[in-house]
Amino acid sequence: MDFLDYAFMQRALLAAVLVGITAPAVGIYLVQRRQALMGDGIGHVAMTGVGLGFLLTWSPVWMATLVSVLGAVLMELIRWYGKTRGDIALAMLFYGGMAGGVMFINLAPTGSNANLTSYLFGSLSTVSQSDVTAICVLAAFVVLVTLGLRRQLFAVSQDEEFARVTGLPVRVLNLLTAVTAAVTVTVAMRVVGLLLVSALMVVPVAAAQQIARSFAATFVIAVAIGVSVTIGGTVTSYYQDVPPGATIVLLTLGAFIALTALAAPLARRRARARAAADGATDPGDCTIPGSRRAADEVGV
Amino acid sequence: MTEPVVSLRGVRADLGSRPVLRGIDLTVHRGEVVALLGANGSGKSTAVRSVIGQVQTGAGAIELFGTDRRRFRDWHRVGYVPQRTTAAGGVPATVTEVVSSGRLSRARFGVLRKADHAAVRRALDLVGMADRAKDSVDALSGGQHQRVLIARALACEPELLIMDEPMAGVDLASQEVLAHTLTEQVSQGTTVLLVLHELGPLEPLIDRAVVLRDGCVVHDGPPPKAVGQHALPGHDHVHPHAPAGAEPIRTGLLS
Ligand SMILES: Nc1ncnc2c1ncn2[C@@H]1O[C@H](COP(=O)(O)OP(=O)(O)O)[C@@H](O)[C@H]1O
Ligand SMILES: [Mg+2]
Repeated sequence: MDFLDYAFMQRALLAAVLVGITAPAVGIYLVQRRQALMGDGIGHVAMTGVGLGFLLTWSPVWMATLVSVLGAVLMELIRWYGKTRGDIALAMLFYGGMAGGVMFINLAPTGSNANLTSYLFGSLSTVSQSDVTAICVLAAFVVLVTLGLRRQLFAVSQDEEFARVTGLPVRVLNLLTAVTAAVTVTVAMRVVGLLLVSALMVVPVAAAQQIARSFAATFVIAVAIGVSVTIGGTVTSYYQDVPPGATIVLLTLGAFIALTALAAPLARRRARARAAADGATDPGDCTIPGSRRAADEVGV
Repeated sequence: MTEPVVSLRGVRADLGSRPVLRGIDLTVHRGEVVALLGANGSGKSTAVRSVIGQVQTGAGAIELFGTDRRRFRDWHRVGYVPQRTTAAGGVPATVTEVVSSGRLSRARFGVLRKADHAAVRRALDLVGMADRAKDSVDALSGGQHQRVLIARALACEPELLIMDEPMAGVDLASQEVLAHTLTEQVSQGTTVLLVLHELGPLEPLIDRAVVLRDGCVVHDGPPPKAVGQHALPGHDHVHPHAPAGAEPIRTGLLS
């Protein structure tokens, strides 16, 4: 455990744990509303923020937070008003964000593509004390939203139309989800990098789904996977001198594969338990639509 | 005259530059069970979705419990069962988790208390799904899934129940459960507005039927008897693909 003696590793590990908690905590809502790639889009937009941070000699983390929050709000507005052309507008936003990032960082006196690379793929040694402070503040916000509003966010992500009829402020909650996702991207940026952020939002959730039956269990398992792989990846990258972001993502994929292999026997066991509990007395299960005829389609 | 619970007057709605509702009048009084009938695409779903504010209306007035819909905030008085689609969330959820979101309209800041959890259990009991409470909704049949959605609507103990084709794609066993649940609700004074394809097992409950065709109300009165029996030989029906207005409605009672 000699790595704990180094201040940079302490900072990196703290950042890693916070990323491991926040990324799946937001990601689960994105997956639930089938916007798994939203994190990826925000990651592209955040590049402009990093570039601007270098150009204006501001903190790239805070600048990236600002720009990606604006980008996420814009994405949500496009989703409301964009209708059919929405996906094209989103594509332009993503590529504009990426191109802007590369442009600004090369215009900056202190910036180079090497700087950008550490933001794109993550880097442990460059996590500074001020980065850690920013990450702690942002992560606290993410945890507060994703846990404190879990029932509301669940309802809105599950069925937006129904959520509206329960009187929930659907648009506000959608915007809040987008903003929280943007904040998470910047939390994770230093550790896993902007291009791999989305993997940590989505893959732990997908892995947890293999063995969980409830939303609550999926949430807990996904966060547990997130924390395990971020710590594991950070420590591995210290000993083996491999990039942390890539290591973390590959570990996450490994967890997904392992849990998928586990899922099949688990499902069989559950099915057997179910059958034993039901007996053969549940006709409700097997006589669905087939009996409908063409004439049934018409009321009058 | 009892107070109208739902009231639409001259409601028009365009979807994608096409008029879908062309001036609809529809009133549901307290304690009434009203069926909204009509062929596919006649605007039934659009009509009920305009009541809950999911569809922008171009003209006309909509009131819920005597309040303009745009100022209406007492959503805990309304239970809604959307037309069942394949749109389930991308993450597993248990029956209880889904039904609990129906209780949010009565929960302050989304915090469910003991009484709320009890209400969720009662709603599950009403539709006979209490034994599946911890199961994933993905593991349910179409009929069971529909029962869960109805329990979700009942979880807030609504005075008005709006249901969009609750019997579509539902197995016979579940249809019976649903008819029984609804009968119980109605006997307790719940007002019901339901979209139906055919009256089916719900026929004895229905006080009044409103029939839509091409976004217009073409009948408002006693339920047309022929609808329930149109599987019998010799009955007439308008095919959904028939050109608009090409054929008069020939269901005896309507002419
Ligand atoms: N979002 C939409 N955009 C454009 N047209 C729509 C939309 N939703 C429904 N429609 C059209 O409006 C008409 C009425 O639809 P709907 O109210 O769902 O009918 P019903 O429920 O009676 O089958 C249909 O012709 C349908 O194609
Ligand atoms: Mg419909």
